[in-house]
Amino acid sequence: MPKYRKGTSPVPVPNPISQPFWDATKEHRLLIQRCAKGHTFYYPRSHCPECLSKDLTWVEASGKGTLYSFTVARRATSPDFEPDVPYVIAAVELVEGPRMTSMLVEANVNAVAIGTPVELVWDDEVSEELSIPYFRPVNGRG
Amino acid sequence: MRGLRGDAAIVGVAEFAPVRKPDRTWMGVEAYAELARQALDDAGIPLGEVDGMMTGTVAEAGSLFTPGLLAEYLGIRSAFSEVVDLGGAAGAGAVLRAAMAIETGLCETAICMLHTLPRPRNPLGQPGWMRNPWGSPQVEFDYTYGAIGQNYAYATIANRYAYEYGLKPEQLAKIAVDQRTNAVANPKAVFRTPIDIDDVLNSPMIVDPLHMLEIVMPCFGGAAVVVTSRQRAKRAKNRPAYIVGGGENTTHLSITYEEDMMASPIKAAADRAFDMAGVKRSEIDMASLYDCYTITVLMTLEDAGFCGKGEGPKFVEEHDMTYKGDFPMNTHGGQLSFGQAGMAGGMSHVTEAYLQMTGRAGDRQLKKADTVFVHGNGGLMSEQVSLVLRGE
Repeated sequence: MPKYRKGTSPVPVPNPISQPFWDATKEHRLLIQRCAKGHTFYYPRSHCPECLSKDLTWVEASGKGTLYSFTVARRATSPDFEPDVPYVIAAVELVEGPRMTSMLVEANVNAVAIGTPVELVWDDEVSEELSIPYFRPVNGRG
Repeated sequence: MRGLRGDAAIVGVAEFAPVRKPDRTWMGVEAYAELARQALDDAGIPLGEVDGMMTGTVAEAGSLFTPGLLAEYLGIRSAFSEVVDLGGAAGAGAVLRAAMAIETGLCETAICMLHTLPRPRNPLGQPGWMRNPWGSPQVEFDYTYGAIGQNYAYATIANRYAYEYGLKPEQLAKIAVDQRTNAVANPKAVFRTPIDIDDVLNSPMIVDPLHMLEIVMPCFGGAAVVVTSRQRAKRAKNRPAYIVGGGENTTHLSITYEEDMMASPIKAAADRAFDMAGVKRSEIDMASLYDCYTITVLMTLEDAGFCGKGEGPKFVEEHDMTYKGDFPMNTHGGQLSFGQAGMAGGMSHVTEAYLQMTGRAGDRQLKKADTVFVHGNGGLMSEQVSLVLRGE
């Protein structure tokens, strides 16, 4: 069972809009949404942010993407993350289009590069109720 | 005729000097009352003439019914009230709203006030709602990954900037150095020891690529601005600073969901303000640009049109941005050196503009400060407000 953070909190608390997303994480499926007009987006929403359509379907993302930008936190961004310093906060561009906030794991924090192909990994250790999606560099350990 | 006519003007300001460790506490209403007292005194306008309020929230009101409480507590019969929730852009945003309300005849003299000050210890503890942001997309999908606060977001912008256009650490550092030179000449500034580029680059790395001296120091403080009609301004104590252009733009909260991290919402706000004012960038005597981080200033110089996209690094190298220089900017030291007094931090860019325009900026006084650009930025490059001010 991989565990990517030394810290354990915060653990996300689902709400009625996001519950299906978090449920799918237990099966290691990363869900994004698509509206009837074909707009694709992440994070889970009640309405499409481009046309306010309520006609939304969940779509499983491939889990592949590239690193759009990042920072290495040399000081904790909140007390919960102090055990994890240094860590990489990442904006990942999924191949399906949407961007997603995550952490880049299994990477050399001193050699992170924008444009790096990344892939999904799951942390199952945080909770019985859900798993957390992270990303790591493709082909090796950064 | 569309847009502001320039028929509303700033006529008075007040600013509590930012402090890191305050020697006293304030109830929220008390701080608003004191700010109003000082700003109206500066303007030479009696309380009875105030008929508009643009403010932050009041802790005692639990963020509800703020205008009612402040009207009652401060003795203001407010014909137009608004709580301005634009983060760092709230200061400029309050002034813009005051100008709009005055020009449309909804009120004649408005007071804009913001503060962040420590309250006495609450015997009932912290209210529960502050600890329970359940359902917030940012809490659920950003905080989970340590994407908390502002530092990470601006660092992420800086890294993307370096990737797309190239950026040397020395170039960002120059912004902090020039602003510190300004702060040395400002007795109200928190940081008044001169620094050089090496000092910035040798300060601890907090979030790559931003060093400690490129990041604002949170402080306590408060600021207020009195805005009135042209007719009333003509009889005011100080030179009026007419609000001749304004623009605002908000597109996102989380930096991840900004459509293009290199095309900030600053541009639309600034373009609208300049177009409305009919003022060219080259006519600006002083730029008062929100500076939570060095990268924020670089992005604002470009997106507000003082230089082209990708030219910011060269611009900051080639220009002296001190009060002695060819491009005076953030002459109070900017929030990086003046201190960021919470919600009032962004207002310091307005108050400094007005001090310069009225010849009251002491050792850092500019020879000419007739046309000034003020920009406020809130959230994670989220909320933008631009103002063009002109003295006649």
